[in-house]
Amino acid sequence: MLALYFHRKGDVFLEKAILSEKTAVSFSDKFRKFIMNETTGAVLFAMPFLLGFLLFTIVPMGMSLYYSFTDFNILRAPTFVGLDNYVRMLTDERLFSSMRATFYFAFTSVPLRLLVALLVALMLLKSTKMTGVYRAMYYLPSILGASVAVAVLWRQMFFVTGTVNRLLDVIGLNRDFAWLGDTRTAIWTLILLAAWQFGSAMLIFLSSLKQIPETYYEAARIDGAGKLRIFFKITLPLLTPTIFFNLVMQMINGFLAFTQAFLVTQGGPADTTNFFSLYMFNHAFAWGNAGYAAALAWMMLIMLGTFTGILFLTKRFWVYEGGFS
Amino acid sequence: MGATKTMGKAGKAGKIGTIRTMKISELIKHAVILFFAFIMIYPLIWMLMSAFKESSTIFPTAAYLIPETWDFTNFATGWQGIGGRFTFATFFRNSFMYASLASIGAVFSSSLIAYSFSRGKYRGKKILFALTMATLLLPAQILMVPQYLWFHQLGWIGSYLPLIVPAYFGGAFFIFLITNFMNSIPTELDEAAKIDGASFYGIYVRIILPLAVPALITSGLFSFIWRWDDFMGPLLYVQGQQRLFPVTLALRFFADPAASTDWGAMFAMSTLSLVPAVAIFIFFQKYLVDGISTTGLKG
Repeated sequence: MLALYFHRKGDVFLEKAILSEKTAVSFSDKFRKFIMNETTGAVLFAMPFLLGFLLFTIVPMGMSLYYSFTDFNILRAPTFVGLDNYVRMLTDERLFSSMRATFYFAFTSVPLRLLVALLVALMLLKSTKMTGVYRAMYYLPSILGASVAVAVLWRQMFFVTGTVNRLLDVIGLNRDFAWLGDTRTAIWTLILLAAWQFGSAMLIFLSSLKQIPETYYEAARIDGAGKLRIFFKITLPLLTPTIFFNLVMQMINGFLAFTQAFLVTQGGPADTTNFFSLYMFNHAFAWGNAGYAAALAWMMLIMLGTFTGILFLTKRFWVYEGGFS
Repeated sequence: MGATKTMGKAGKAGKIGTIRTMKISELIKHAVILFFAFIMIYPLIWMLMSAFKESSTIFPTAAYLIPETWDFTNFATGWQGIGGRFTFATFFRNSFMYASLASIGAVFSSSLIAYSFSRGKYRGKKILFALTMATLLLPAQILMVPQYLWFHQLGWIGSYLPLIVPAYFGGAFFIFLITNFMNSIPTELDEAAKIDGASFYGIYVRIILPLAVPALITSGLFSFIWRWDDFMGPLLYVQGQQRLFPVTLALRFFADPAASTDWGAMFAMSTLSLVPAVAIFIFFQKYLVDGISTTGLKG
């Protein structure tokens, strides 16, 4: 109103004032428009991920790379030592046994787990009134398996005086074997613990199996294919994408096994279960070699990357990607 | 389904004997499945039963499931904790606070990010989504040492902040799960709301979020169970102070190989520590199963 009044007076100076007032209004308008814009909103909503990725992934990764070229621990400032940490790996006997244990664990527990998961999924595929109950019973260990309670339970089960030996007594095999103290069996207690948790993989297989159209099986039956043939020619090829995906994810997890080894075997006996993560953890937080631990971590990342890459390269030879059409 | 089909075929053939053998083979199959299922959960039942045995009788009678006399004292002695000033009431409260706060943060921010990935139109979105998937594959061990120092500099060691705060920036698994779920919500609903004048934010609050509730519940449950079981995190950041121990750390010190263990009390507290996960499993099994089946990821 006031502006209009002055405007009528034709004052040039005030004319300018009006203009700037106009732009002020349109600025807050613009801001509102900017905020309410769909793209702005979408970018704003993605910000937590971007910030978190920068703060808790990229920055620590950069720091980790730097530390891997230094000698330091949590209390002492890092001093640059070049490639020393990486060279040290080449002669680290304990690292070799640690790698051996880790590979042994991953290459036995993961295939075993997937195999059992697939077999049980096939058993449970035909749904009956009891299927829900069975599925729950087979899945329960997966939900509880990562807990400290189960790790401690597992540990005592394989004690000399533990449950397994007492049960063997009952069937007349009382040898009081020290499962956790023997270099051949200790790692198998962990493999068994990992394989025991096949429930999640089983559920994934079940849902993939249910997606295979019934018509495929009918067509095969009409052609006179037997049950085994149907399984190997139809079911298994159609499951390969699921198997592949599971293999990649679980192998990575297998290579990084920590808690259960930490609690059940503490890396022993004679380093036979001294998994990579455990070894690295000890270097970083128990033995004060955080620089070396960082180098170990990067070596692990490179190895995992290479391994995953190789898995992806083999993909075209055995993974069916034609879909269901 | 399968049983009636085979029976139908046998009926057509008109051989009553065949029907009976079919039934018997079905029965055997059920018996086998049940037998293996029992072996699967035997260790858990064993632990539950041992919690009710008098401590000194646990290992001599380890081959027998049912206690001779039901003894409840293990729960009372176990609850007193590790000879320190703190009981399991403290440890359970810590675990519960940690798991709840981290889960609320993870689900809330993951839902924001997932909405952006599902409905947003901007350059670089695909790269961001690929990065999310990459962090899913990135070993936490790489980040362990520098993150520790990072939090050390912030003065967060000896608190739950290093474990809770990062959760508020979303979690890759949950982002993946919720994005997939939001992608399955028809965009016609957004369009309709847009015509009615709803903004990007309005559509999130009024349309997408309410419809995505099942995915949010699934994420929340998984997050809660994982945090409840988390051992490595608290081991790194709150190990120094017993008053901050979650149940996982308390149990570990209970079963310290260096000290003699009261196994009865140990199993009583171990059993209690599994109660939240079992309760979630019983009441929300559908959500967990859906989460695993639809993402194809390990739960």
